[in-house]
Amino acid sequence: MPEQKKTHRVLIGKPGLDGHDRGAKFIARALRDAGFEVVYTGIRRTPEEIAAAAIQEDVSAVGLSLLSGAHLSLFPAVVQALKNAGAGDIPVLGGGIIPDEDVALLKDAGIIEVYTPGTPVTQIIAAFRSACETQEAGRT
Amino acid sequence: MGKQPEYKDWEEKELAASLKRFPERKKKFTNHGGEEIPRLAVPDQIGDQYLEKIGFPGRYPYTRGVQPTMYRGRLWTMRQYAGFSTASESNRRYRYLLEQGTTGLSIAFDLPTQIGYDSDHPMAAGEVGKVGVAIDSLADMEILFDGIPLDKVSTSMTINAPAAILLAMYAAVGEKQGVAVGKLKGTIQNDILKEYVARGTYIFPPWPSLRLITDIFKWCTEQTPEFNTISISGYHIREAGSTAVQEVAFTLANGITYVQAALDAGLELDYFAPRLSFFFNASSDLLEEVSKFRAARRLWARIMRERFNAVKPESRMLRFHTQTAGYTLAAQQIDNNIVRVALQALSAVLGGTQSLHTNSRDEALSLPTEDSVRTALRTQQVIAHESGVTNSVDPLAGSYFIEELTDRIEVQASELIEKIETAGGVVAAIEDGFIQRQIENSAYEYQQEIEKGERIIVGVNEFQIAEQTKPPLLRVDPEVENAQVRGLKALREKRDNKKVAEALANLSRCARTSANLMPEILAAVKTYATLGEICQVLREVFGEYRG
Repeated sequence: MPEQKKTHRVLIGKPGLDGHDRGAKFIARALRDAGFEVVYTGIRRTPEEIAAAAIQEDVSAVGLSLLSGAHLSLFPAVVQALKNAGAGDIPVLGGGIIPDEDVALLKDAGIIEVYTPGTPVTQIIAAFRSACETQEAGRT
Repeated sequence: MGKQPEYKDWEEKELAASLKRFPERKKKFTNHGGEEIPRLAVPDQIGDQYLEKIGFPGRYPYTRGVQPTMYRGRLWTMRQYAGFSTASESNRRYRYLLEQGTTGLSIAFDLPTQIGYDSDHPMAAGEVGKVGVAIDSLADMEILFDGIPLDKVSTSMTINAPAAILLAMYAAVGEKQGVAVGKLKGTIQNDILKEYVARGTYIFPPWPSLRLITDIFKWCTEQTPEFNTISISGYHIREAGSTAVQEVAFTLANGITYVQAALDAGLELDYFAPRLSFFFNASSDLLEEVSKFRAARRLWARIMRERFNAVKPESRMLRFHTQTAGYTLAAQQIDNNIVRVALQALSAVLGGTQSLHTNSRDEALSLPTEDSVRTALRTQQVIAHESGVTNSVDPLAGSYFIEELTDRIEVQASELIEKIETAGGVVAAIEDGFIQRQIENSAYEYQQEIEKGERIIVGVNEFQIAEQTKPPLLRVDPEVENAQVRGLKALREKRDNKKVAEALANLSRCARTSANLMPEILAAVKTYATLGEICQVLREVFGEYRG
């Protein structure tokens, strides 16, 4: 039976106080161009606000961007906020100025992928697609 | 060949006056071989078009620079933006930079400080001391400048929404050191408009923010005549993705808005205009950047003279700080960044900057290490002392390409400014999202060019290698946040809380009138009221902006 191709919905979020959203906006728009429906939170959101938006918008994945160095506290806080809100199944991807040795720590804390400057956008789009498909398959 | 009469006229007026006040760095500027290098090269025939568009350095329209001798007189200020973790840690870095020959301080504050939250505020979690130093109260500021005499250094502070509070703390530290407030030298960024479109550290809505800014203009004009009251910044607009033309246009449009706001508040143009300063980005397209600086200088001079009728020459001069473009730094093969930074810094010098920050090689990965910062500073010193470009004023002038590009950037920026004004001015264009959309579109196009390989970034999408070694990175200890919070708690117990409450109540009353806020803010910081407490009082009166 031919499967109806579903449009994936994702949320791009900027937790904390960092105002650098050139990267976040670029990813949001590149995902849109690749056929995703994208919600961008805008800057300066709390982890709880991001989790609430993800649930309200019924997204299949969340992408976080941070350039301020606060990723070790704020990325896991979003994962936790999603769990607390009963949406621990929504995968979280991260990106920004993130030292190599922090990548493993973030993955241990439940962030499924972490991207740093210079990553080709096609790779990021593919990761979002795969994350969405896994999440949506788990819903049924 | 005899000198042209226009040249002679400039020599007799601007040049002579300048040489009298500031002799040049050397008696003779020569090449290897002993031949003298001309101070200023000009065409054989000086016609009307030359005078109108290019002219002479230190003379309207300032295309060739704001001083007659430029770097032959004095080099630019080498000012490295720094600050992280605690006040004492940053104090050590500043002393190191001063020992290494940096000539001005530039303070980076952490995000909670920039957004008016104390270190123990829930929104501050994870951010304390990360991108700059955490300042909660005057007590931190006293540590930050310990052993650094404020009458000897000039200090630039990257602070916007709470600029009035940090300026007040700086003045209070000076007072404790016995330095008269009138002797303080430096710059506060104090440019809120670009925060709404590019940088994000806003607190209050635009109109009360503009009032705070004009209050600062007024207070500084009376109290701190050597302090630059604002640094109108294109840097972050460019970092957010704008083109060179948009950088000039949006920055000067913001400048026009500040001038108009100050005039509307009853300030006299030629009193505050000489203390306005600018801040631009030096990106990778070397010749376009040189032309951009020259175009911006000419366009601002024309705006100030023709539109605002500025009379004093200083009111028409666009003086600017430059920082090399952070967004061009790659996380791959990071030593290549040293070369990028050198070229960008060269464009700033060829464009006539008054001060310069060079980025460090490792900033696409983390805060810079001390070694990287030293290399960045050395890059400036090599340009200053070895490259020879400082020996002659505006050496690229008269190049067909440079002059054509300078003209084009001026015209296009001017048209874009007009477009914003027709649409109701900067504040309306921010509220409507017009400026943000323009920047976003340019950023998207640029990145797509990289993704498609149409724009080559060396080591990123071409000439890649497999990298094994990892550079050492500077990390801020997470314990910093806890220590800062403990210090804040101790301060709240130790200080005279009755005095604090009184000062905050006075400030609140003042904010509801149209009186100048600076004296009340100064009184409050002296009681050790915290930055967060002061901002909270103002939030209650002014409201908060949400992007």
